[in-house]
Amino acid sequence: MAQDLPRRKFDALVIGAGGGGLQAALQLARADAHVAVVSKVFPTRSHTVAAQGGINAALANVLPDNWHWHMFDTVKGGDYLGDQDAIEYMCRTAPRLVVELEHAGVPFSRLDNGKIYQRPFGGQSQNFGGEQAARTCAAADRTGHAILHSLYQQNIRAKTHFFDEYFALDLIVDDDGYILGAVVLEIETGKPLIIEAKATLLATGGAGQIYRTNTNAHINTGDGMAMALRAGIPLQDMEFFQFHPTGIAGKGMLITEGARGEGGYLLNKDGERFMERYAPHAKDLASRDVVSRAIYTEVKEGRGCGPDGDHVMLKLDHLGPEVIQKRLPGIRATIQAFLHMDPVNEPIPIYPTAHYTMGGIPTNRHGQVVTPAGQTPEEVVPGLYAAGECACVSVHGANRLGGNSLLDIVVFGRAAGNHIIEQLQTNRYHRPMTGDSIERTMARLQRWDRKGDGISVGEMRNRLKKAMEDYCGVFRTEDLLAEGVQKIVELEGQMDSVRLKDHSRIFNTARIEALELENLMDIAVATMCSAHARRESRGAHSRVDYPERDDEHWLKHTLFFKEGRKLDYKPVRTKPLTVESFPPKARVY
Amino acid sequence: MSQTMRFSIYRYNPETDSKPYMQDYTIEVHAGMMLRDALLKIKAEDESFVFRHSCGEGVCGSDGLNINGTNGLACITPIAVLKQPVEVRPLPGLPVIRDLVVDMEQFYHQYRSIKPYLTVHDPEPEEEYRQSPEDRDKLDGLYECILCASCSTSCPSFWWNPDKFRGPAALLQAYRFIADSRDQSTAQRLDELEGPYRLFRCHSIMNCTNVCPKGLNPTKAIGEIKKIMLKHYV
Repeated sequence: MAQDLPRRKFDALVIGAGGGGLQAALQLARADAHVAVVSKVFPTRSHTVAAQGGINAALANVLPDNWHWHMFDTVKGGDYLGDQDAIEYMCRTAPRLVVELEHAGVPFSRLDNGKIYQRPFGGQSQNFGGEQAARTCAAADRTGHAILHSLYQQNIRAKTHFFDEYFALDLIVDDDGYILGAVVLEIETGKPLIIEAKATLLATGGAGQIYRTNTNAHINTGDGMAMALRAGIPLQDMEFFQFHPTGIAGKGMLITEGARGEGGYLLNKDGERFMERYAPHAKDLASRDVVSRAIYTEVKEGRGCGPDGDHVMLKLDHLGPEVIQKRLPGIRATIQAFLHMDPVNEPIPIYPTAHYTMGGIPTNRHGQVVTPAGQTPEEVVPGLYAAGECACVSVHGANRLGGNSLLDIVVFGRAAGNHIIEQLQTNRYHRPMTGDSIERTMARLQRWDRKGDGISVGEMRNRLKKAMEDYCGVFRTEDLLAEGVQKIVELEGQMDSVRLKDHSRIFNTARIEALELENLMDIAVATMCSAHARRESRGAHSRVDYPERDDEHWLKHTLFFKEGRKLDYKPVRTKPLTVESFPPKARVY
Repeated sequence: MSQTMRFSIYRYNPETDSKPYMQDYTIEVHAGMMLRDALLKIKAEDESFVFRHSCGEGVCGSDGLNINGTNGLACITPIAVLKQPVEVRPLPGLPVIRDLVVDMEQFYHQYRSIKPYLTVHDPEPEEEYRQSPEDRDKLDGLYECILCASCSTSCPSFWWNPDKFRGPAALLQAYRFIADSRDQSTAQRLDELEGPYRLFRCHSIMNCTNVCPKGLNPTKAIGEIKKIMLKHYV
């Protein structure tokens, strides 16, 4: 059957057209590599478009700064679980890459001297934990939109080949474990296609849709992560899921951390600026895990606002209409549309909401996917790369700092692109296709053609999201997680009874959602099992029964394998490239 | 407090339908719902119904639709303001693939053809290009476009000549680069908009501006291009 499928051949295949994928594609296209980008949506619909506040780089345009301070903040923000070689690389590269983006056309906001505008963000400091820094380069509060559109525009110029509205089904793996490309589905026709490539980059973004209330787009279903799992590759540190402190209460739309960076702050029902109690120094600009837990605690202890006491307020009105309109126009419009309120006049109800997948496909700092094999925990998977939210380099460790995700995608999208270019010099030919991975993919696809009664995709997705919210939220315990594992495994077992009613071919989004559900399920299981196993509190993983960080036993990365739901661990890379290591210290803000 | 609401939705599946038809749905709704929420409820009842959507907050531009005769984004259109039965159709003028999903290639083609990327001929400095806040302000109202196609598909000139007239969305982006103090291709950009169709098919009827869900003003941008052109060639 595999031999009957249509085939296309490229030097490199990039799956996902957000900032990571487009940055990599741009490097490749500019180097005259024959590159294809596969995206299930038109590129500018990718979720990078929704990033608001900005991108971190120690440009020192507003306050003194340097990359080494940025590195320290990132290591500390990640609660010492981040790999310090990758973090050094990212922070050193940041200023150069932001300048490159600016040259590519990104309409950054400007300072009076004509340089790029920078604002303070959470977890940023000068001089290794001193005064607040201003490191986040912003295009108003539409920085992701500005970057994504500029990168897409430059790819148009570079004549990158796009497969728009193609859904990636699986990686093609040969008998020797090489990745030879992917099987994709053309959404418009419902027809599968084989894309062969000498190198394949997964840049498919996060999996926020495993939670019910989230800031993420409908498309954020972790497709690349699940593709990796099915190819036998583990996912790393999946227990670390970031809850953004300021989602619109009850709805989940994101209100940028830039709102606090510009001077906004949080209030409980007594009108108290409660962050002063939780983080006396950084206050409302403590890192996200700290602020989210503080909000939960306020609400739990009866100091929440509103008739049900189920949220807190974000106050912005003291900033004045000029600042709000100039620096935060996007969130103002969102608040007006969804709350019929104007932040210029009154505080806004907010509550933490699922936001970012710190874990993902394990890679080294070149973007190469690595997995335990033979003697080493980090053996390169030949032909496969990953970058951005779907990857775990790991630069974010146990908690990502605001402004570091846009940076992550361009830094490692670019690193992966460059490494692929190098590899193409010595890998001039496509490897012959062996193995039965395509047959397995086609069988999985055809399962959805089964007719008859069963659970609907939507119903199953709701059950999954509810289980994740109930058992794997901000505060976790042994009992809760043990039950959660049972529940999610039970749901996974019911997947075989899920049926589609619509079996048509042309633009069948129900089928796409079924395939996405399979991906969400794999990721939910990985997240729950990884969380259950880690008996300490670190960053976003907060165990009420193990409230302390335990460096002696748990300063290590989790690896979850789909087969047998096996867990493994590997050491954190605590040695940077050129500077001294930052040893774990108590984390206070 | 829930109540019911009636919808009349354009349906067409080329595999099974010889021609398009309108299908009625009545669903439970609640205050504060957006049209996208209502369409998702319909999809939950009838999974064969197809429409594009993603971010749910008006930034990805996926769910441009014709709603009671006016183009807009489903995700930021409150159902409370809509007259019943709410008629939902695909964006006008583009080929329909299925239900509310249109083939947007003509629209994207026009976007690509205005060379929507910053072009600088001087050697690149090692720092950012300097741009004054005043010059940067000139990009406000231009760069925020989300390519939802609400504007171009509400424009009669684009309906009649989608292959020759660039359309409001592409022209807004043309002006976004002309207005950018960093860009060094203004002369070429203007040359490429010459002729009776590409730019000058715009008759300033302002449909585009009236429907833009981001509050942008393509008509004004087109007027600015015309003004600059006049100065450039006189």
